[in-house]
Amino acid sequence: MHTLNPDDLQAVWLTLKLASVATLLLLLIATPLAWWLAHNRKWYRSIVAALVALPLVLPPTVLGFYLLILLGPEGPVGELTRAMHLGTLPFTFAGLVVGSVLFSLPFAVQPIRNAFESIGRRPLEVAATLRASGWDRFVSVALPLARPGFLTAIILAFAHTVGEFGVVLMLGGNIPGETRVLSVAIYNHVEAMEYGAAHWLAGSMVLFSFLVLLGLYLAGGRLARVMR
Amino acid sequence: MSTVNEHGIRAEFKLQLDSFALDADFGAPTVGVTALFGPSGSGKTTLLRCIAGLERATGSLRVNGETWQDGAKFLPVHRRPLGYVFQETSLFPHLSVRANLEYGLKRVAPAERRVSLEQVTEWLGLERLIARGDPAKLSGGERQRIAIGRALLTSPRILLMDEPLSALDTRSKQDILPYLERLHRELNIPVLYVSHALDEVARLADHLVLLEHGRVIASGAVQETLARLDLPTAHLDDAGVVIEAAVSEHDEKYHLTRLDFPGGQLWVGRTDQPFGSRVRARLLARDVSIATQQPQGTSINNVLNARIVEIRDEGPDKVVVRMTVGDEDMLLSRITRRSRDHLALAAGMAVYAQVKTVALM
Repeated sequence: MHTLNPDDLQAVWLTLKLASVATLLLLLIATPLAWWLAHNRKWYRSIVAALVALPLVLPPTVLGFYLLILLGPEGPVGELTRAMHLGTLPFTFAGLVVGSVLFSLPFAVQPIRNAFESIGRRPLEVAATLRASGWDRFVSVALPLARPGFLTAIILAFAHTVGEFGVVLMLGGNIPGETRVLSVAIYNHVEAMEYGAAHWLAGSMVLFSFLVLLGLYLAGGRLARVMR
Repeated sequence: MSTVNEHGIRAEFKLQLDSFALDADFGAPTVGVTALFGPSGSGKTTLLRCIAGLERATGSLRVNGETWQDGAKFLPVHRRPLGYVFQETSLFPHLSVRANLEYGLKRVAPAERRVSLEQVTEWLGLERLIARGDPAKLSGGERQRIAIGRALLTSPRILLMDEPLSALDTRSKQDILPYLERLHRELNIPVLYVSHALDEVARLADHLVLLEHGRVIASGAVQETLARLDLPTAHLDDAGVVIEAAVSEHDEKYHLTRLDFPGGQLWVGRTDQPFGSRVRARLLARDVSIATQQPQGTSINNVLNARIVEIRDEGPDKVVVRMTVGDEDMLLSRITRRSRDHLALAAGMAVYAQVKTVALM
């Protein structure tokens, strides 16, 4: 009888950590970006929007490959991080976080941008005539009205990070406890013909993903009622 | 254009939008309701948005002697002590009715609050609406009342209303108008009221600013301005004048009320307004006919002694006649060109104006 061995558990834990950190960072980055895309009419808005959407169409290995080069010891970002005595990012957990954030960016930006756009300018104008400053309007009107968009963004960003494989393999490799996440661990088991272990991991992942989604949707519904 | 002193509103704006240019210069007095009136596309709403700072026009704006905008300065919207009521009901859906009302109130320093939630609740009859909790449970008219209350609770020094009734059905409109009239009486701040409905203007406004193609074409007291034949308002289908009168007698037998004004008296359907109160009557040009001799055997109750001031052609078959009744009031009458020639009407003639319908506002 197979169960999850300590290495597998470590991979699960690492995956959850990676997805949580990446989702948190994504919210911080995607919110101002989505706001800017929703409200700006500058000519270069389309360029920014296309860049943000790029990870949607690129094979993850392509993204991972370029990140490897960019962040590596010879790449411009790599030289910068080395000059700052941070070492290089590839094959580290921090490197995985960077890769995941870029890879999942469109999944966080798009729902939030749509939510901001569907609110329109009017509620913000109303708030302005009621003495609310720009930041106040954003916090007291835009954020609560965009709540469904944020919920979708969190679910998509988290799920997408949990499921990524290509970027991780290119950029992170297969270091236990550092970069060996769930998808890579499953791949390893299959490679080694350990189908039982792969089943356990894959099955837990299906169940876990379902429970997370269910919990978020339930919480979202309750939150909506509480906030009334 | 207008001679308004340091108090009140003094505005001068230029704004070029894609399809239209605003070039407006006008003043409004410190108290009372100033209607911004014009056909759709005339720039009324844009002008109001410029005053609020929601639209960034070049020009200048002074309110009660304070500069809100000039070449160097542009006070952001949230720093302008104004109340703004939007055309469609604009309550925040994520907040309760009460939280909506308190949204602006909370953002005004306690020392600057001059209106309390209790006062506004009483003026606008909001108690039962607050108790319902969710704005989605209110009708359009009720939501607009909350929106007006919410704006008033910021203790504004000027109230801007952008066609607050136009999104409402006739019944909601009738429900809300008395509250607006009450505000008119109780508030001593200037109100700018955008409208394209002449009946609302006649009912609520003291002062009228007329817009056409983004320009102010006339501005003045509502009674005088509505009686001017050189303005488009005199040639609308529901053109007419407003007369302020006092309730002077109730005739219980025939269920009528007599109104006295300096130019004479008018009998209207019995009203509940108490004896002595001031009311507004609206006399439409199409409901006024002219006789050169004292009418005999007529069913018309209201016949006023008038003197013709001016006659102006209107289309191939009609003319509009402007008359004075008494020293202060004006009357408009729309008759056929044939009648004018038949009766040989001319400026200076003394005539009898027969008023078929008087609408008490």
